[in-house]
Amino acid sequence: MIRTDKLTKRFGDFIATNEITFEVEKGEIFGFLGANGAGKTTAMRMLCGLSIPSSGSATIAGFDVYKQTEQIKKNIGYMSQKFSLYEDLTVAENIRFFGGIYGLSNQQLKTKSQQLLHDLGLEKEAKKLVGSLPLGWKQKLSFSIAVLHDPKIVFLDEPTGGVDPITRRQFWNLIYDAADRGVTVFVTTHYMDEAEYCNRISIMVDGRIKALDTPRNLKNNFHAESMDEVFYALARSAKRSE
Amino acid sequence: MRRAWMKSFTRWPAVLNVANDMKQFYTFIRKEFAHVLRDRKTLLILFGLPIVQILIFGFALTNEVRNAKIVIYDQAQDVASQQLISKMAASRYFDIAYAVMNRAGIEAAFKKGDIRLAVIFPQGFNNDLLHTHHAQIQVIADAADPNTATTLTSYITAIIQDYMAAQEPYQITPQIRYLYNPQLKGATNFVPGVMALVLMLVCVMMTAVSIVREKEIGTMEVLLVSPFSPLMVIISKAVPYLLLSLINVTTILLLSTFVLQLPINGSIPLLFAESTLFIITCLTLGIFISVKTNSQQVAMLISLMGMMLPTILFSGFMFPVENMPLPLQLISNIVPSKWYYNIVKAIMIKGLGFSAIWKETLILAGITVVLLFVSFKSFKIRLS
Repeated sequence: MIRTDKLTKRFGDFIATNEITFEVEKGEIFGFLGANGAGKTTAMRMLCGLSIPSSGSATIAGFDVYKQTEQIKKNIGYMSQKFSLYEDLTVAENIRFFGGIYGLSNQQLKTKSQQLLHDLGLEKEAKKLVGSLPLGWKQKLSFSIAVLHDPKIVFLDEPTGGVDPITRRQFWNLIYDAADRGVTVFVTTHYMDEAEYCNRISIMVDGRIKALDTPRNLKNNFHAESMDEVFYALARSAKRSE
Repeated sequence: MRRAWMKSFTRWPAVLNVANDMKQFYTFIRKEFAHVLRDRKTLLILFGLPIVQILIFGFALTNEVRNAKIVIYDQAQDVASQQLISKMAASRYFDIAYAVMNRAGIEAAFKKGDIRLAVIFPQGFNNDLLHTHHAQIQVIADAADPNTATTLTSYITAIIQDYMAAQEPYQITPQIRYLYNPQLKGATNFVPGVMALVLMLVCVMMTAVSIVREKEIGTMEVLLVSPFSPLMVIISKAVPYLLLSLINVTTILLLSTFVLQLPINGSIPLLFAESTLFIITCLTLGIFISVKTNSQQVAMLISLMGMMLPTILFSGFMFPVENMPLPLQLISNIVPSKWYYNIVKAIMIKGLGFSAIWKETLILAGITVVLLFVSFKSFKIRLS
């Protein structure tokens, strides 16, 4: 689904992302970890077609990040770290708007939004302004909208920031559901317990991928009890901070 | 037949794409309208501003000339002059402050500043009327405030004509002199100025703020990741404000015609066409600001300081540009509202056609094209 080969982004002398190479399979939940400033966001922006790489190559769902950004955009979903729905629109209006700009037909919109509201138990809140919902619900709604158009891959940029553990758990259930439907999930996170939920994770330090494996293998390789220890062992070598 | 048509439709994916794009575009615009219509405060500014401005400028500035202080220099001291003076004194527009005995007295009165107008009767005023059926009165107005000066002289003229009508066949010609500002620069109506100001404010600020708001709340990123093209994002942000601004133009014109009784002398379609051009200029400016800034406050500040101030200073609406030092006059040429102000003045007040304003229109269009080019270019740079 995602395949990169020595993907690099330079800003002048600064190499934000340095020759990263990895592959993500269909239906996989791929955790993308790294300290602030390690180059996660830059890498993700390149994969989403928001930023043009300086060198190296990458394909997303079989489309080239240099030439086929339009096709890439049609096949991915995206949820940013900032909560990104319109608070002054109702739940139903947000669904209709985001579905609409992905070109869903009125019929599709109708069935899909009913399904979505049902799954989230938000039927009664459809006409409420999103701003009036608790953060956890907004977050779940935001994710469900990001996968409304059945993307092949969904990119989640620190989706669970500021959410309580129970809601995070529920949120991850949504992610598992999506992965079961065959959606590839690419997620960045700061929470090490969340890293354990991923099928595989990569850890970036100073623009490079320093480790890439299943959580279990990583812990074994680093003789660590938890992902926390693995992360600190790697992040300690970091030379650049924010 | 129908199937053949359908077939040709599928054979032209480009056509299908356009239809699809239009639908996305429509979705987007509907959402923009929802934002605007749901935000009471913005709505109040949007539609309240032009009304308040027109009323403030219309009533507070032009009609507030009751009880203006005037001085009389009566060299004639005869029946006719006394009759006229008592008529002036009786008018609610004028208070006769005092009488002066010589020309130097008039000058001194104006210099003191509280005197708006001086009326001078020549020697033998009544005699002239009786023998030649014709006499003159000199009226001197303080035209530092040109609006007031013209209003007052027209009141005085009306009083004199009123008196004349009762004294047929006598003719009295008021000779009017405007002191300090003989050409009455800036005296033309403020409505074109308010139009430029309101459009500038609404279009530039509202567009800039609404785009930057999407950046702030993070939805801009989501939009950019979507298949909806960045160019379309920007265009659909601007369209609702174009429509709302046209409503504003209509409100202002209706108010000025029916409440202030200022008729539109020129072509109304031409006026709307030129206004649309200026609105597009302003929207482009707003887009430019939004590309360069990342917070709503900064966007608002730049819009206010960078756009409203030059409009007030350099459009010629409040201060005559001709009296400014050369560098400032040169700067005034790049202020779009100056050109729009001149265009509206020409159409509304002088009743001129396109042939009289094609140059201004061309300059305005030129500024717009440059701005469009620059803002889309910087928008693209931001993306990569």
